[in-house]
Amino acid sequence: MRLTLHVWRQKGPNDKGRFATYELADVSSHMSFLEMLDVLNQDLIGRNEEPIVFEHDCREGICGCCGMVINGVPHGGQRGTTVCQLHMRHYKDGDEIVIEPWRAKAFPVLKDLIVDRSAFDRIVQAGGFISARIGSAPDANGMLVPKDSAELAMDFAECIGCGACVAGCPNGSAMLFVGAKISHLGMLPQGQPEREARALAMVEAMEDEAFGACTNYRACEAVCPKEISITAIAKMNKDWRRAFLSGGRVSGKRA
Amino acid sequence: MKLESRVPSGPVAEKWQRRRDEIKPVNPANKRKFSVIVVGTGLAGASAAATLGEMGFRVKAFCYQDSARRAHSIAAQGGINAAKNYQNDNDSVYRLFLDTVKGGDFRAREANVHRLAEVSMAIIDQAVASGVPFAREYSGYLANRSFGGALVSRTFYARGATGQQLLLGAYSSLAAQVAAGTIELHPRCEMLDLVVVDGAARGIVTRDLVTGKVECWVGDAVLLCTGGYANVFYLSTNAKGCNATAIWRAYRRGAGFANPCYTQIHPTCIPQTGDYQSKLTLMSESLRNDGRIWVPKTPGDNRPPDQIPEAERDYYLERMYPSYGNLAPRDISSRAAKRMCDEGRGVGPGGRGVYLDFAESIQRLGRAVLVDRYFNLFEMYERITGEDPFKVPMRIYPAPHYVMGGLWVDYNLMSTIPGLFVLGEANFSDHGANRLGASALMQGLADGYFVIPYTLAGYLTSTKLKPASTGQQEFRDATAEVEERTKRLLAARGKRSVDAFHRDLGKIMWEKCGMARTAEGLREGIEAIRALREEFLRDVRVVGEGNDLNPELEKAGRVADFFELGELVCLDALTRNESCGGHFREEYQTAEGEAKRDDQNFCHVTVWEYAGEGKPPVENREPLEFETVKLATRSYK
Repeated sequence: MRLTLHVWRQKGPNDKGRFATYELADVSSHMSFLEMLDVLNQDLIGRNEEPIVFEHDCREGICGCCGMVINGVPHGGQRGTTVCQLHMRHYKDGDEIVIEPWRAKAFPVLKDLIVDRSAFDRIVQAGGFISARIGSAPDANGMLVPKDSAELAMDFAECIGCGACVAGCPNGSAMLFVGAKISHLGMLPQGQPEREARALAMVEAMEDEAFGACTNYRACEAVCPKEISITAIAKMNKDWRRAFLSGGRVSGKRA
Repeated sequence: MKLESRVPSGPVAEKWQRRRDEIKPVNPANKRKFSVIVVGTGLAGASAAATLGEMGFRVKAFCYQDSARRAHSIAAQGGINAAKNYQNDNDSVYRLFLDTVKGGDFRAREANVHRLAEVSMAIIDQAVASGVPFAREYSGYLANRSFGGALVSRTFYARGATGQQLLLGAYSSLAAQVAAGTIELHPRCEMLDLVVVDGAARGIVTRDLVTGKVECWVGDAVLLCTGGYANVFYLSTNAKGCNATAIWRAYRRGAGFANPCYTQIHPTCIPQTGDYQSKLTLMSESLRNDGRIWVPKTPGDNRPPDQIPEAERDYYLERMYPSYGNLAPRDISSRAAKRMCDEGRGVGPGGRGVYLDFAESIQRLGRAVLVDRYFNLFEMYERITGEDPFKVPMRIYPAPHYVMGGLWVDYNLMSTIPGLFVLGEANFSDHGANRLGASALMQGLADGYFVIPYTLAGYLTSTKLKPASTGQQEFRDATAEVEERTKRLLAARGKRSVDAFHRDLGKIMWEKCGMARTAEGLREGIEAIRALREEFLRDVRVVGEGNDLNPELEKAGRVADFFELGELVCLDALTRNESCGGHFREEYQTAEGEAKRDDQNFCHVTVWEYAGEGKPPVENREPLEFETVKLATRSYK
């Protein structure tokens, strides 16, 4: 098939950026979206032009590296699919495709389609863990986890940290990401001792970054490639409220 | 090159405790005086960094990805083994040890494997404590499943995303230590050389992948946890960024490279569809628990699978290996699939594929059970191929997946360069010539959580190191070399892209050094790689600049190293005149086409020593002694 691509090109964080238009003549429907970009990049290299840079690694939908906004929708709009697993059979001859980086204040563009998502790491560092001293754990079957709780925890734990939720949200909110981590650990018995402190610390760290607030658009869960439910946000709010009302503390100061 | 395995004396089951008793721990107050460099943040790297940080060492951790959470361990699907015997099916440390030694075709070091089996249980405990949501029974107890090469059910799993959950567990422990100030984390930062001072590893040279800045870092020890080199085949199940540069540069600085020819071709991957293909996707081996593998009995039978009657199908693994059936080890299953396709019985476009059929399981267990067990795998398959495995059998074909070879390490995980430790897939030690399923995650975490904290302490308390600084000549020289290499790649301004060369290298490797190797083919392979490498250095085109975010430049450096490594893989395969595990030489097979090992002449680890640019590497050997397990022909029949 023939395609026309309008791709965001930006030399660096301080460049204003612009769209560039490329024509592709012979795209196979078996290709993945990223393979289609690979082919375009080979053409650009052939013409001595700088290839389009985009983040990618595992190309099987689990590392969370890749992400771009395709025709206005993060990851391209196929249900539960990262862009690396999006295949060209969903497009037809003559289509025009607009490709942009994640657009969010908290994710500044580094170059072309690559953004800086280190804010996510900082939020996890604030409290997205169970501080189980390595080597001190009791026998794994010593702590029973009801099957349903384990399954629910896994639903939230499947988050790949790609940032589509932020890119999809009109407010640029990170609450689905933060809520997923808090819900995953909060569903498990081993996550209970730090549950309140975790909610306070992670929410505080989130608010220190340039993310917006949640106003229940639910765009995040619609674009999440792991289909994480917005109930994560409700659980986060509940944990935070409980911690706040019980006078919980973060890093020595009162919440 | 002196190869001292430093295996403790005594019965195999007591060796690890003996070593731990011998080691003098570091005084708690002194730990913060030591700095440790950890390269790579996969299971081995993240668990090592988190553990060492928690103990009080000053850790600097590096990864090329934008976040430590993205290392390729994350893609492991099926599970992690542990000798818990929760299923009451007569599992034990000894049985896991035995299965792993046998699965590795008797080419691993016994003592290492036993230690791995011993610590396997603590890994599960640690993972659960850190919040890994493993699959559970209705009782709330942990669930298990079976994996290839074992007759017991000892694999723990979290849907089809076990690697992800284990890595996120280790990453969250690492994040906690970053917050505690014990780990300094450097994402988007790639190691491009090792710095050796007075014979000991004292630092690394890195390139900041955003700014292009080349920098040096000093440490009292360096831990390479940088994974495997299956991308030397270009098409593999590895992530696109997986590369051998860290271990290859260490090899060029004096670290021995062990058994590079032991490469694992995984039997269950989605077949290639076209020339643009950028990677191959694995379908977890766990699918072989409920899927039956078959091809038509008649060559050239291209009817759709549902029109081929039962009597005209060949369930060849069940036929050839009745006791293990579809759960035969990976090397055996892969070669059998190749043989079927070579006989003209392959299915799908190009005839390079076999069926993995769930029809019988759907009938026996019901759709709901399969959804519960494999939903995300079925979904991934459908997303990629457009076919629904509930209706049409999957098509699978072997693909490069893992490498058992890697930098040689002693029992303490230290390479031939003092102070340079190698963990996880990057080392050679535990899997012999073939890795069993669900053993990679186990080894990565064993090395990081439970081995290195002890053995590193042993090194630091028994070694006197002079202070080192980035101003030293060795650091300046290594930096200059890195800058020179980068400049040369940019300066070639040739005609062909890095990917074009990498693809060609991959084709040579796959054809000459893939699932079946011959002396003649390997010689041809070596010649072809040399010629292509020369062309690469002369004619590669790297667009863009060095002081910028430039993935083409990153790839060029990695591919340059893959050329050299690819040649060594072929040379090693040519030197090993036997067939064992993932290394199959056509000249050495039984009448039935099974691997013919030669314990008389090849019961050793081949360790290659760098001899200088353009000079043939020197072959060294570490003999393997089997004191506990009797050397025997592997049989899965």
